Amino acid sequence: MTADADAATPALEIHDLTVSYHRKPVLWGIDVAVAPGQLVGIIGPNGAGKSTLIKSCMGLLPVSGGWVKVFGKSLRDDPRRVGYVPQRESVDWDFPVSVLDVVLMGRYGRLGLGRRPGKADREAARACLDKVQLLPFANRQISNLSGGQQQRVFLARALAQEADLYFMDEPFAGVDAATEAAIIAVLRELRSAGKTILVVHHDLPTARQYFDRLLLLNMNVVAFGPTEEVFTAELLQKTYGGRLTLLSEVAQALGAGANAGGGERA
Amino acid sequence: MITELIQPFDFHQVVVAPWTEHLPLFGWIALMGFFVAAACGLVGNYLILRRMALMGDAVSHSVLPGLVIAFLLSNSRGTLPMFIGALAAGAVTTVLIELIHRNSRVKQDAAIGIAFSALFAVGVLLISLYADQVDLDADCVLYGEIAFVPLEPMVTLGGFTLGPESVVRMGLVLLAVGVGVLVFYKELLVTAFDAGLARTLGVNPTVFHYGLMAMLSVVVVGAFEAVGAILVIAMLILPGATASLLTTRLGVIHLLTLAQALVTAVAGVMIGVWLDCSIAAAMVLAGTGLFVLAWIFSPTQGLIRRWTRRTAA
Repeated sequence: MTADADAATPALEIHDLTVSYHRKPVLWGIDVAVAPGQLVGIIGPNGAGKSTLIKSCMGLLPVSGGWVKVFGKSLRDDPRRVGYVPQRESVDWDFPVSVLDVVLMGRYGRLGLGRRPGKADREAARACLDKVQLLPFANRQISNLSGGQQQRVFLARALAQEADLYFMDEPFAGVDAATEAAIIAVLRELRSAGKTILVVHHDLPTARQYFDRLLLLNMNVVAFGPTEEVFTAELLQKTYGGRLTLLSEVAQALGAGANAGGGERA
Repeated sequence: MITELIQPFDFHQVVVAPWTEHLPLFGWIALMGFFVAAACGLVGNYLILRRMALMGDAVSHSVLPGLVIAFLLSNSRGTLPMFIGALAAGAVTTVLIELIHRNSRVKQDAAIGIAFSALFAVGVLLISLYADQVDLDADCVLYGEIAFVPLEPMVTLGGFTLGPESVVRMGLVLLAVGVGVLVFYKELLVTAFDAGLARTLGVNPTVFHYGLMAMLSVVVVGAFEAVGAILVIAMLILPGATASLLTTRLGVIHLLTLAQALVTAVAGVMIGVWLDCSIAAAMVLAGTGLFVLAWIFSPTQGLIRRWTRRTAA
């Protein structure tokens, strides 16, 4: 069910985006329009600029050219419509805060300067924790969590933002099966609530099952479209270039595509 | 032999007298010590959280040229010129570090080292050039002299005597820091924990970085006369470091910081009286003592707990 036809304004529109790092272009000429209600996987080899793409969409990195619009507006005009799940390694997990404190940060965008989160925010944060099965951990210090639990805390925080467009940076990286299942459940729930989600993903076999659409990225957009049309040997080869190990992984993924359960991961 | 070097411990003179017959003298010193340690500690907690403890070192030194230039321009040691000089110096340091670090391969810690030592050198150079005009002596700059606090002119407000000038000033600085921490609690928290998220939430981390550096400059200049450029670093880092061994909640860390500041000031005065030594140094040592106690005996992460856990495992 693509909402392309009836969606007047795309949830995310990227036009001719170019990003450089130390004068070396990392992304160039990115043109993408994502309609509301889609679950999009961003895949590509290491160094393809996947994280750079979502960070520059959120204004976290300076762009050298082009523009990004969220629901037809610049992000600066309405930052609240966007939620963010950064890579787990991006923060210090020894920070002296509890699980609930971190989830409450998701509410900060809707509170004015100098206002503290109130009872309603606490309730909302607890509900989000419950969705990722972490409610019993609400008062724990965040360093006493497993990697998968930390990832779920970030997910709960993003849910607490109650945004319409979500960017997630490798949420599935190095997580346990319970967390993987929890993330997928949340992604599907968000999608059925009409939210738009872009997920940076590194694992090809699962990419095929998880996402409605795939954005194949390697410094520029190799392909963007419905998963069944884009997940082809030819396009993946084009995306991953001559990386043989990855290519065999691709072949495996394509072969395993027949059984819906997906291939085993190495 | 040792007994000749260390003053005999006279219980009444060391423990009782400073808070009874000598209260008008040591009361102000202890209060100043508390204000300095508390204000520095609250700001320092955020430096520690941001892994920027070295910035405390940097700003405490680079404030010197700001003070000297403010003094030379205004020809006074009034509070306002001194604070303006310190704020300007703090801002210059912060910008300079960012400039070096952003526009070269030099990493941030090295950039901090370059910026603050260069600015401190400018301060030392100016003092030696205008020695006859600048009433700042090098020892006082480095170590401060908290014992002179009770000798300062008293500030009166509406016929009511508030206290010595620098104590009143430091009290106001502590008040400002306390209000700032309370009002901007969530902004300071989220910008320290996850600057990327903060930006997407519409909380600009750069604004809070500079705000914190401004607060640091104000705290440092307020504490300058009392504890000097070097000892102030201990005041910035010790309370937070001690508290973080005892708790994992930021709110509790702040409360423990205030408690540590109080114990540091009171114990510092008593050690100073006992050994007849620099009270500022004694306060820093008292704070260090608390840190060591927490390090050894902390119920969650103390050395003893670590050893017993290891043998149990």
